[in-house]
Amino acid sequence: MKYFEDIQVGETFDLGRHTFTADEIKAFAHRFDPQPFHVDEDAAAQSHFGALAASGWHTASVWMRLMVEYRRRVVEATRARGEPVAGVGPALGFRDMKWLKPVYVDDTIEYASEVIELRPSGSRPTQGLMTIRATGVNQHGVLVFSFVSTTLVERRPDER
Amino acid sequence: MPKLHWEDFKPGDVAIYGPRRVTREEIVAYAAEFDPQPMHLDEAAAGTTLLGGLAASGWHTCCLMMRVLVDGLLSQAASEGAPGVDEVRWLKPLRPGTEIRVRTIALESRPSKSRPTRGFVKFRFEVIDEQDTVVMDLVCSQMLLRREPGAAA
Repeated sequence: MKYFEDIQVGETFDLGRHTFTADEIKAFAHRFDPQPFHVDEDAAAQSHFGALAASGWHTASVWMRLMVEYRRRVVEATRARGEPVAGVGPALGFRDMKWLKPVYVDDTIEYASEVIELRPSGSRPTQGLMTIRATGVNQHGVLVFSFVSTTLVERRPDER
Repeated sequence: MPKLHWEDFKPGDVAIYGPRRVTREEIVAYAAEFDPQPMHLDEAAAGTTLLGGLAASGWHTCCLMMRVLVDGLLSQAASEGAPGVDEVRWLKPLRPGTEIRVRTIALESRPSKSRPTRGFVKFRFEVIDEQDTVVMDLVCSQMLLRREPGAAA
């Protein structure tokens, strides 16, 4: 990843897209969220969702995978240019996660993360705090998913 | 057994669900699929990270909490899902072999403003280990059907 000083508020990371098939919606839900509207088409049709819908934790888990893959691509490109790679700390949690609309079978969700705040860390002089808003938008352009998360990002060695 | 409805949850109610033992295999399987970072995949690589050893993805901990809650609580309740999560804190690494339970604390209860058949209960969910240490906590509002649909608030 880039160093803290090289990131701008408003910068957006395009993480890619994912299509949720009926099989994977049901497989995920059988493992982690076996409520009728996530595992059974008929029960889902009778529910407030009206049709089979992905678990919100499935929508979130796919964001994480696309974020890890995005970071890997950035790290490889940075190394290929012969530049140093800034460390990214673990997130300590997240907030304001909203499952705004259901994710239905064969919906394609486009995921992105936008930098909404940057501030130095009071306790860690070698790191800054980057706050992002993560989003998922479906093929109709409707925002279906969002949350806010803060991560530690390494500062430039000459700026510490 | 009659299903639990919105009226059955009162602020201050505390309950515990589980246990569930979290295996190394499921930690690695979730990570391989959704969070393929070294600290969730491989003991040797994990040892050099800030987590100091193999630990579950925080997102996996969310999913495990959900499974314990569905099995113990939501499958017995007239659940309509949740519109989101106010806040999640990953407080302690979740290690292979840990037996987790989920403590639920009802914080607030209110009827839906728009639907007379529905109410919201705001909960704090705590994932706790064998020593009763909180590994993760989360605040979220759960939507439940009302037993006695009333006037919208």
